[in-house]
Amino acid sequence: MTDSTPTHDATEPTRLKRNFFQTLEIDTRLLGMIGAFIAIALVFNILTEGRFLTPRNIFNLTIQTVSVAIMATGMVFIIVMRHIDLSVGAVLAVTSAMMAMTQTVVLPQWFGIELGSWIIAPAAILVGVITGVAVGSLHGWLVGYLAIPAFIVTLGGYLVWRNVGWYLTNGQTIGPLDANFQIFGGINGTLGETWSWVVGVIALLLVFWAMIRSRRAKIAHEFPVKPVWAEVLLGIIAAVSILGFVAILNAYEIPHLRLQRMFEARGEVLPEGYTTGYGVPISVFVLILIAVLMTVIAKRTRLGRYIFATGGNPEAAELAGINIRFLTVKIFIIMGILAAVSAVVASSRQTFHSNDIGTLDELRVIAAAVIGGTALSGGIGTIHGAILGALIMQSLQSGMAMVGVDAPFQNIVVGSVLVIAVLIDTIYRKRTGT
Amino acid sequence: MFDATVDRSGTPLCEMRDMQKAFGGIRAVDHVTVDLYPGEVVGILGHNGAGKSVLMKMLSGAYQRDGGQIFVNGTPAEISNPRDARKYNIETIYQTLALADNLDAASNLFLGRELVNGLGMVDDPRMEAETRKIMARLNPNFRRYSTPVAGLSGGQRQSVAIARAVYFNAKILIMDEPTAALGVEETRMVAELIQELKRQGIGIFLIDHDIHQVKALCDRASVMKNGRLVGTVKVDEVTEDDLLSMIILGKNPKDAAA
Repeated sequence: MTDSTPTHDATEPTRLKRNFFQTLEIDTRLLGMIGAFIAIALVFNILTEGRFLTPRNIFNLTIQTVSVAIMATGMVFIIVMRHIDLSVGAVLAVTSAMMAMTQTVVLPQWFGIELGSWIIAPAAILVGVITGVAVGSLHGWLVGYLAIPAFIVTLGGYLVWRNVGWYLTNGQTIGPLDANFQIFGGINGTLGETWSWVVGVIALLLVFWAMIRSRRAKIAHEFPVKPVWAEVLLGIIAAVSILGFVAILNAYEIPHLRLQRMFEARGEVLPEGYTTGYGVPISVFVLILIAVLMTVIAKRTRLGRYIFATGGNPEAAELAGINIRFLTVKIFIIMGILAAVSAVVASSRQTFHSNDIGTLDELRVIAAAVIGGTALSGGIGTIHGAILGALIMQSLQSGMAMVGVDAPFQNIVVGSVLVIAVLIDTIYRKRTGT
Repeated sequence: MFDATVDRSGTPLCEMRDMQKAFGGIRAVDHVTVDLYPGEVVGILGHNGAGKSVLMKMLSGAYQRDGGQIFVNGTPAEISNPRDARKYNIETIYQTLALADNLDAASNLFLGRELVNGLGMVDDPRMEAETRKIMARLNPNFRRYSTPVAGLSGGQRQSVAIARAVYFNAKILIMDEPTAALGVEETRMVAELIQELKRQGIGIFLIDHDIHQVKALCDRASVMKNGRLVGTVKVDEVTEDDLLSMIILGKNPKDAAA
């Protein structure tokens, strides 16, 4: 590799001319989705006379997206492996019920732990995650080892789990949930301005570090690398996106009365003229952590490599010595854990557990993954795509609500967008041959 | 036509003794014994459904045998899955190539045996570097390292599958119709590769339909029909017609002579 120009196949003259985005090595599909998202945001901003793109609405949009987006990252693995999970909304409900009962009945009444004790929230979350693992293991075992189609197993789960939750709670709404637990709900738990900046800067440094590391690894193996201007441009885009996101969330100011109550709760007096922003919601922070973790699993671990290989060609994966049955159990366990985390976010956002929590989430989650470019034929999908898919769906939904579109039309639009998105994706894949 | 200096006095590199496999009531492989010496190419011949692929899949670990024994270098080998077979340096190039079409060449080459860094993360740059090295030897024209193998030509896909077997120091190589989907030039490259591997002392089981190819590439041929072994012959000592009558009629030329 003595030539410094990027390698291209001699049999592929069209690639000799690399366009701007190819030089940046940005996925054109991702670009298309970002474009669609920006278009949706701008249209709604015009229709709502500037109310859509306010810090307040962007803040609300992010916290409304979190629960579905977290589960969508897990659904990517499930669909990539050529399975489906129709039960995630129901699993969310049963894990939410388990956590609600743990913090309101089991710990205070059976174990005599005082309400408000610090141990309640972590213990409840642990119970939720264990429940998610148990349900996921069962689903994975039925699909992987007993070879029952995932569609059937999770259709059964869809009917079973929500009603297990109903049985556990006697159908009652359980709340209010523990105060510490509620910090995962969005508006009741944000990082505040300072910590949001700290997190933003750390995130940016990590992005820079990853970019430099990847470039060094390529140079060490004498692979072609992007021109320096492309790297710098990508770095600037990353900086503007991350810090801009933090700035917007910081710009949503906590209302005066609420600030006053917060200061009173601490036994202080609100200083004259003091204002501060909410900053990054903790639930959004959790989503970002999960997104990074899931992306690392997908791209940098054997587990992820095997998930994609099996989705691409199950027979080849098996012949390569991959234990597909156990792999199936693992992806359903991951899905169960993520459903439990989503349950934490969803129930603390509404500050109580109700039987209808997560209703229809399975369809939103599948739609988010699919709009995000996950192919139902298996082998193809990205974590960031699924999150963007969730964001696009939520933007449509809340944008239409703000404009005052009637409820039936909202669902008609969302349903149509799902089908059209997949159509565009199919055409795109045919053209690019991927 | 090649130097017929395969030394068969020592222990066979691989021996499959009295192998049996049935699917439902059908005996796909019925008491078949074959062996293979270092530096030797043994053709496995027969019609579709004769049991050649099933026999080889028991060696590669894709199928579990119902009965019989496998010896590698004279010691009994327990092979019940593809991972076991790889432990004995048995590598297979499947007719379907067994590639994950959505992954790139390096990911396919190392599938199931990824190189990892200190953190246990897959080391893609190093795997790509290794892939470039082996490909420089096998197919110097190969350039498309970062695209999914779905976009490669038949010959390029074949060279990825071959690279996978060669890279991991195969001692015993199973090739299932390696040239079936290839053009003339690519077929010649595979033939050259087989010669090179022979010189390195690798033993090759070659499943093939093409009698010319078998005459040209193999030292011995084991012919199967309806799950049974018709016989094993040295290809230099028989004519193409003899081989054909073994395949079609199940007639062993030695029996006919006797």
